[in-house]
Amino acid sequence: MSVNTKIVDDLVANSVEFVTTVPCKQLAGVIDEIDKCDKIYHIPANKEDEGMGLCAGAFMGGKRPAIIMQNTAIGVTINTLVTLTQFYRMPLPMLISYRGELGEPVACQVEMAVHTKALLNQLNIPTYHFHKEEDVNELDAILKYTFMCNKPVAILTDASFWKGY
Amino acid sequence: MIRSEILRDIAPVIRDHLVICNIGLPSQELHLTDDQPTNFYMLGTMGLSSSIGLGVALAQDKKVISIDGDGSVLTNFGTLPTIANNVADNFILLIIDNGSYGSTGDQPTYAGMKTSLTAVATACGCENVVECSAPDTARTLQAALDSNKMTIIVAKCESGNVKVPVITMDPVVIRDRFMKAVQA
Repeated sequence: MSVNTKIVDDLVANSVEFVTTVPCKQLAGVIDEIDKCDKIYHIPANKEDEGMGLCAGAFMGGKRPAIIMQNTAIGVTINTLVTLTQFYRMPLPMLISYRGELGEPVACQVEMAVHTKALLNQLNIPTYHFHKEEDVNELDAILKYTFMCNKPVAILTDASFWKGY
Repeated sequence: MIRSEILRDIAPVIRDHLVICNIGLPSQELHLTDDQPTNFYMLGTMGLSSSIGLGVALAQDKKVISIDGDGSVLTNFGTLPTIANNVADNFILLIIDNGSYGSTGDQPTYAGMKTSLTAVATACGCENVVECSAPDTARTLQAALDSNKMTIIVAKCESGNVKVPVITMDPVVIRDRFMKAVQA
């Protein structure tokens, strides 16, 4: 089973039915799988904070949401994470491509990578880092944890995890 | 006519529907005028009223009205193409367009200058975009509800504020009672 299929299967098994995405090259495969999955409503967002608003609405409407985005989005979404997702205590699994790590060809990506974990830590966001392919086996438990505690939870997925891209 | 007067006028029209209300004075005014468990008050996060409302509308069948402002739509312009391309016929976006950032001291917005939000929404692909004058807002909103079609309403009004207290209700309480109203 490909890692993309495994991720989508885990989302479906955890009743995640509403997924918003802002693309990243590393995430192209999983976004493709999301789009093909008829149990998930896939709504591409133009910006990640917009996507988090959509997810907040879907959650209050009764559907479990998730967002898929690049780590640069942490820079875009801090206000939304704090004043919407955390302030109102809403669950939000965030599958994040961790650009700027080993194997990264684009220097600028490193500039955000060096801040990514520090920012998530500062925001008290539980953070998991998928580096090896078998790390994906934790996703099911992470999703259960997210909807148990009603918090945004970050899953950083680096280039080694995606086997380059 | 100013925003608080529009909110007073539309209160009987929106009372039985799910409402996502914009940050700042709009939420405070609606809270003071007609607090309902079906109202979700935004206490922060400028710009996302339309996104939250669309999310609620796509997730369930009850009608949802997002009350937004011209300044907030300008902040989250990407919302309009998303709305246009994800049609939810139980969703109405009411943009109260007073051409100013009301909650921060009535600084002018570009919507009060050359930029027409009605034209922008139409250009983004939204199919039912209606511009109305402030006194026509309640009637236009009722017609949109009756049409069972996703509708964007741009209600033009004057800028100006009334003095209202801040909302002291806990955000989790607001969210919890709103979710119970969704499920009711």
